[in-house]
Amino acid sequence: MAVPCYVLSKFFSVVNSMSNYDLLVKVDNLYRYYDDHCAVQNLNFELRKGEILGFLGPNGAGKSTTMQILSGNLAPSTGQILINGVDILDEPKRAKANIGYLPEQPPLYVDLTVDEYLSYCAALNRLPRSKLQAARDLAKERCGLKDMGHKLIGNLSKGYRQRVGIAQAIIHSPAVVILDEPTVGLDPIQIREIRALIVELGQEHGVILSTHILPEVQTVCSRVQIIHKGRLVFNDTLTGLTQRMQSTSLMLACRQTPEQAVIKALPGVNDVQPLDNHHLRVHFNADSNPAEIVAAEVLKRGWGLLELTPEHKSLEQIFVDLTTADETGGATPLQERAA
Amino acid sequence: MMVFTIAGRELRHLFLSPLAWCVLAVIQFITAWMFLVQVDNFLKFAPTLAGMASAPGVTDAIAAPIFSTASVVMLLVVPIMSMRLVAEERRSGTLSLLLSAPVSMTEIVLGKYLGLLIFLLIMLGLIALMPLSLAIGTHLDYGKLFSGVLGLALVLGAFAAAGLFMSTLTKQPVVAAVSSFGLLLLLWIISWAGSGDARFSPTFHYLSLLDHYASLLRGSFNTADVLYYVLFIITFLVLSIRRLDAYRLQH
Repeated sequence: MAVPCYVLSKFFSVVNSMSNYDLLVKVDNLYRYYDDHCAVQNLNFELRKGEILGFLGPNGAGKSTTMQILSGNLAPSTGQILINGVDILDEPKRAKANIGYLPEQPPLYVDLTVDEYLSYCAALNRLPRSKLQAARDLAKERCGLKDMGHKLIGNLSKGYRQRVGIAQAIIHSPAVVILDEPTVGLDPIQIREIRALIVELGQEHGVILSTHILPEVQTVCSRVQIIHKGRLVFNDTLTGLTQRMQSTSLMLACRQTPEQAVIKALPGVNDVQPLDNHHLRVHFNADSNPAEIVAAEVLKRGWGLLELTPEHKSLEQIFVDLTTADETGGATPLQERAA
Repeated sequence: MMVFTIAGRELRHLFLSPLAWCVLAVIQFITAWMFLVQVDNFLKFAPTLAGMASAPGVTDAIAAPIFSTASVVMLLVVPIMSMRLVAEERRSGTLSLLLSAPVSMTEIVLGKYLGLLIFLLIMLGLIALMPLSLAIGTHLDYGKLFSGVLGLALVLGAFAAAGLFMSTLTKQPVVAAVSSFGLLLLLWIISWAGSGDARFSPTFHYLSLLDHYASLLRGSFNTADVLYYVLFIITFLVLSIRRLDAYRLQH
């Protein structure tokens, strides 16, 4: 009897996750024009609960515009945005209650103390007075501001101000947290702490994170979108991204000079590129990995195998490939992949 | 509810900076000086006035001139107080805190307006205390005094509304101050124009901020005068709301 019950509950959980139950943000056909200039065009994406969505793009790609539109600071030219199922243009108050937003420049009142400021933010988000203290303490604790309550925001360092900005965004525990370049200008330790905080936030909230720091996306995000010139050119999960980054080349290092022709003749090897007297780069097809054959051959000939490593395509390379694609006349094949 | 939260923060902001205290001190000093001069003059002419049939009373001779002077000083001061309301928040980027919070534009505008208005009413209360202190030694015409206080309150409300609107137009607080001062001064002296022309004169007189105030200072409570200020305030508040909305729509 236990088995069918289990199957049934599994079935329902699948149905639930397939439905719009945990769909936090849905963006449809979003366009935004500044006069004639189109900053964002035809943007479509979704954010589900428990996801950390990395929004990646070069400067001026339309990241901040998108964040501002999502947070209700800017109205879209056309398109629809649903926050937790509520249209942000039709019912801005209800939609905005589900959003916590940290703009590029944290919106801080420098003449208030951290406690005063966070209380004001909580009140603005219609938190009842009875819950205010607890919410403020929790936000401070999560952002590492425990002992900073009585300090003036104007006297805080940049890193702490950033934390107050994040505390402000999460104080009313919104369903969606939107962070626009949250780690800019922080020292490496602070960056690590903020990233850990973002991962923690991602467990209960949906997080949209805009950044141009590539490793940040790799360490923090569960899904990656790359935006370029207002268009979405890449949209995939981190696992999908890792697959794309899989190697198509091997780095071979020998004590003696390996013969190019011999390596090239091996099955599965497409091309060989000599780097110096001892190093070779071996290119191969994605579906076959000739590492074993190459190693055996090198050993057989006694060239003295020092190194044989698969070379990963870095996120940076993918990013550069995508964002320079249209200059070199390349198509946008990833658009299909995204859909 | 949200209006009061925003108004409270606005008022706090004023009193956390030295500006509010400085303005209160300066205004108080200047009106106190005027008060002493008026009292002095009144004492000098009191014997003469006593012999006249329909001589002006203490309230006419002292309270009205003080309120009149105060309004001119306020013409200079209110734009300085109102310039930061929206302009500074736009410049420092803190406006996005309000825009991404679940509050409407109307609540933002009303909250900011109310915050400034409360400050101005505190100032008005301090000024009104001076003529009121004469009640210790003499009999006052409370009707006229109230009419004068109401007049000044309405004038301050109108100044603040115009200043708030000007503050929504720019990111530069100083530009907002200069332009609201210009607008208010123009509306103050607009009745000077067309004084000889019978066709336009009534229009200019109706538009003038000064004329409606003058009749209230004389102690004649006219609904039309009060309505003028109420309409003035509503107009500029609605314009401010529209302007903030437009800020979201385009850049």
